[in-house]
Amino acid sequence: MIKMRGIRKAYNTGRIKVEALKGVDLDLAAGEFISIVGPSGSGKSTLMNIAGCLDVPTAGEYELDGQPIANLSISRLAEIRNKKVGFVFQAFNLLPYATAYENVELPLIFGKVSAKIRRKRVVELLERVGLGERLDHKPQELSGGEMQRVAIARALANEPKLVLADEPTGNLDSKSGKAIIDLFEELWKSGTTILMITHDFNVAKRTNRVIYLKDGLVMKEPLDIARGIKSWKHDKQFDTL
Amino acid sequence: MLGNLSMILRIFLRELKSQKLRMTLTILAIVWGTLSITILLAFGDGLRNQLMISKKGLGDGILLISGGQTEKAYKGLPIGRGIGLRMDVLDYIRQQMPELKAVGGEFITWGQQVSFGSNSFNKKINGVTPEYEYMRSMYPRQGGRFINKLDMDRNRRVVFLGNELADELFGVPGSPACVDPIGKEIFISNVPFTVIGVMQEKQQMGMYSGPDWDAAVMPITTFKTMYTNYRYLNKVVVQLKDVNQSESVKDRLYEELGSKYQFDPTDRRALYIWDVIHGTKVLNNSLIGMEVFFGIIGALTLLVAGVGVANIMYVAVRERTAEIGVKMAMGAKRIHVMTQFILEALMIAGLGGTLGLAVSFGIVKAVNSIPRTSMAMQWLGEPRISMTIALVTISVLAVIGLVSGFFPARKAASVNPVESLRYE
Repeated sequence: MIKMRGIRKAYNTGRIKVEALKGVDLDLAAGEFISIVGPSGSGKSTLMNIAGCLDVPTAGEYELDGQPIANLSISRLAEIRNKKVGFVFQAFNLLPYATAYENVELPLIFGKVSAKIRRKRVVELLERVGLGERLDHKPQELSGGEMQRVAIARALANEPKLVLADEPTGNLDSKSGKAIIDLFEELWKSGTTILMITHDFNVAKRTNRVIYLKDGLVMKEPLDIARGIKSWKHDKQFDTL
Repeated sequence: MLGNLSMILRIFLRELKSQKLRMTLTILAIVWGTLSITILLAFGDGLRNQLMISKKGLGDGILLISGGQTEKAYKGLPIGRGIGLRMDVLDYIRQQMPELKAVGGEFITWGQQVSFGSNSFNKKINGVTPEYEYMRSMYPRQGGRFINKLDMDRNRRVVFLGNELADELFGVPGSPACVDPIGKEIFISNVPFTVIGVMQEKQQMGMYSGPDWDAAVMPITTFKTMYTNYRYLNKVVVQLKDVNQSESVKDRLYEELGSKYQFDPTDRRALYIWDVIHGTKVLNNSLIGMEVFFGIIGALTLLVAGVGVANIMYVAVRERTAEIGVKMAMGAKRIHVMTQFILEALMIAGLGGTLGLAVSFGIVKAVNSIPRTSMAMQWLGEPRISMTIALVTISVLAVIGLVSGFFPARKAASVNPVESLRYE
């Protein structure tokens, strides 16, 4: 599903050039559920943005679902994001003025799906995440867990092969966080490939592979879960454990 | 592409609330701009129509000719020689210039006593040919008639009265003391005349010897026998078949009359020709110029308002950067992002424009409901918002909305999704 070779990403912030990724190799097979862990500033989000075609690498090769991403037009990248990738964010990022229904409908509108099919699909998705009764609720009328469910339904709108989640439980209490991870697990079991950034050890534990990122490089890849946890525990920057 | 209009509408309403002051001022500016364009055009239209009506009061497609003085020596004749038009000139022109629709002439005398019973006034008296009825728009009220050829041939002592003069002599129609003038005998310079008609009320803008509504009109032959010292016609009037040929007709008149009265056809002082047609055109052109001027002022106001709209949209783009980033992550293309902002700008322009048009219709309606009794109101004419005016206004508004939405929208579409998502 994902094939990255020597991915580098540099940002020019004024005079200082920051290199967020310094040559990442990453392979992710279809149907995997992996987590990316690492300290702040290690390049996790940058890696995810590149994986989701929201950003392009400064150097290196990236193939998503067999398609090389280099030199694609802005419009083509938007199409790939729309059809192949679903994003879930820590802060949910729902449109505040739109109902749950409209939020989920958005990617379908961008994907030029007909109104009739949209209707069916949105209701189906919201029922699947357990919000069949909340179609017309706006984000401020929903709990954090419910908002993230709407966001997941939205990410799934165009049946993407890859779901990218950036700390999806970061803004949730442990109970609703667990429910969200349950939902991701369910998705994974039904065949979706999932790549998740997390700070939470208990969350990482439930994925079938953990990738440890530090200073823009993947450490000792492939890492088994046990070694990942071990190196993680030694990292003083983490307070979640 | 538009997908969810109701959502865009809701964003617009939210924006309306969150930028209340800025939005109000901008919408007011658009209302004002719309108002100035439509109202000025509407009044211009009304004024122009009114001028056309008034112009016809003097005559439709006519040239007014009177004798002058030569300014050029011709065939041994000196300059400064007076050229007078005698009655026989009418038949002469009719023969020489069959391309004309009609030819007529008149004598004028002022300060003659006109009396009926105890009512007596000093008025202008015209002696005219029958063509004046349609050439000079002197149409009779119902029950009466204008001077005809028989009256002229037989030197009949019949008179056609201007409507205000008739009112003075016989009372305003409808008032208790009023008498029907038709068939009554009045005295003009102590000679009895039978009233055969009263002129229909008309609006007359151009005049050369006083308004038609204040004169008594008799056959030209009768006039000649009564006021024997009148030798030269005061005016000869010719009516053209094609108003676009006034220049060539004028040249022909100088030529034909020049050969009859022995003056140089290029001597433009030998005859005075008042080109009513040309005057109408000039007036019409200056009115159009005025409308264009006012239209530009209105359009400039709208332009300023457009800058306000663009400003609002720029603020909106900045405030919604995160939202734009999220949409891009969901696969929104440039067009999706831009459409939203352009539509919002169009909505602001549309809201202001609708209000402006509504107010304009209100004003025009109010003005038209004021009775046209005073002279000033008559000149104002009947302002109206025509289809053309509405279309012009709407297209200007659409352009303003599009342009003022386009640049902020382009900025929105150039948002870097990675940066904007980092805000969260």
